[in-house]
Amino acid sequence: MRLKYVLNEVLVGLWRNVTMTVAMIITMSVSLTMLGASVLLYMQVDQMKSFYYGEIEVSIFLRPDVTDAQRQAIDTAISSNPLVAERTYETRDEALKRFQELWKDSPEFVKSVGPNSLPESFRVKLKNPESYKTFTDQMTGMQGIQDIIDQRALLDKVFNIFNAIQVGALVVAAVMALAALLLVGNTIQVAAYSKRREVAVMKLVGASNWFIQAPFVLEAVVAGLIGALLGFVALFVSKIVLLDNKLQALTSILTPIENGNVWLMLPLLAGVGAVVSAVTAWVTLRFYLKV
Amino acid sequence: MIQLENVTKTYPKASRPSLDDVSVGIEKGEFVFFIGPSGSGKSTIIKLLLHEVAPTQGKVVVNTKDVTSIRSWKIPHFRRSIGCVFQDFRLLPNRTAYENVAFALEVIGKTKAVSRRVVPEVLELVGLGGKEHRYPHELSGGEQQRVAVARAFVNRPLILLADEPTGNLDPDTSIEIMRLLDRINRTGTTVVMVTHDSNIVNQMRRRVIEIESGRIVRDQARGVYG
Repeated sequence: MRLKYVLNEVLVGLWRNVTMTVAMIITMSVSLTMLGASVLLYMQVDQMKSFYYGEIEVSIFLRPDVTDAQRQAIDTAISSNPLVAERTYETRDEALKRFQELWKDSPEFVKSVGPNSLPESFRVKLKNPESYKTFTDQMTGMQGIQDIIDQRALLDKVFNIFNAIQVGALVVAAVMALAALLLVGNTIQVAAYSKRREVAVMKLVGASNWFIQAPFVLEAVVAGLIGALLGFVALFVSKIVLLDNKLQALTSILTPIENGNVWLMLPLLAGVGAVVSAVTAWVTLRFYLKV
Repeated sequence: MIQLENVTKTYPKASRPSLDDVSVGIEKGEFVFFIGPSGSGKSTIIKLLLHEVAPTQGKVVVNTKDVTSIRSWKIPHFRRSIGCVFQDFRLLPNRTAYENVAFALEVIGKTKAVSRRVVPEVLELVGLGGKEHRYPHELSGGEQQRVAVARAFVNRPLILLADEPTGNLDPDTSIEIMRLLDRINRTGTTVVMVTHDSNIVNQMRRRVIEIESGRIVRDQARGVYG
């Protein structure tokens, strides 16, 4: 009934101050893009963590001069350790073969590594990766051990980087959101001023508060939705351009991002955009303009 | 219908109250003039009745409801039972006479069908039959005020308030507007008019309440401006 009238008013209102509307939409879309990127990253990292932490091993590298007795002692210690899930043993030759396989595209590099350059090792999978410290402490004293390396420490470093990026994205999102909200407030004020006569008459004849506020709130919501749509498109395009093409290398670390996850962002961004815009508009109307 | 009980209104930063312990009662169907010099507090009465301001002390009762105790979100509903015309007409400049009156109906939720039935009727009543499609700037002052009266009256309110409605009109047109208000009063609507137009008051010979410096100094049944 009133919908067409109201919708028309909203579009006219947005167009009246096009520059402001565009500014509002751009800031909102940047903020929402950052928010979406942050959420996607969070979901991704979560997935990666479960994948990677399940795979890691503790590597115990043996000294080149390890004796049979020492090797045997270490082997027994590992096998009898209740923290250990499984273990494999790698001889020097096996290590060399694996190395050559890994770097087969760089024959020069391979040639520079001789048969005695790589140490033999025990690869141990712990039942609970968190117990690395305990396990290390238990094994450290034994003779013949060169190094105990936990891949987890490496992974932690990588995940810390991702965490930092995620937090960075959220910070940008927050700052842009502040800018966006101020613009919404400003747009509402301008709109309310240009409609002051209508608003005055509406109040006089007894139009309900909601009826008076609705067109302004809707203006903000429509802008928020457009911003969310743009943000989503930006995310989708980035995903395709950056990850599927340019940054292929990263994909060997990242577990694949499902398109499904990205699509999930659309309702999320739309919801956040709409609700935040609506609330800001309503608050501006109620408390600043006493509409 | 309207009761002011010991009403005092002091605006912030004012040295004296606009209304000082004013008590007055107005029955349904009466036609009452509030007269007095500028700044005497007349317009404050209108504002109190519309609940645009709240009294500092005292009670304002309209149609048995204590206006001050109405919740703020129910005020719009309350205002639908009161029509008000002003000195500056307060029409929407980019809408026709018809649309101005229809606006009052639409914003309280009446359908276009209702508008189409009721608006021409009320425009006829105020004497603007045939001029529905004129814009305010195409109408004379008197005609614009008629549109304002039509808008105020279209919902058949219980009370019609008028805040210096003839202030911007010449004497002859003023009389015409008064005749209109009189006609509306005869349909049973209580009319409260604030004015300092002595001509009108003398001609109409209705109840006159004189206010000076926030106090009622005279309340006469068939009074003159004095």
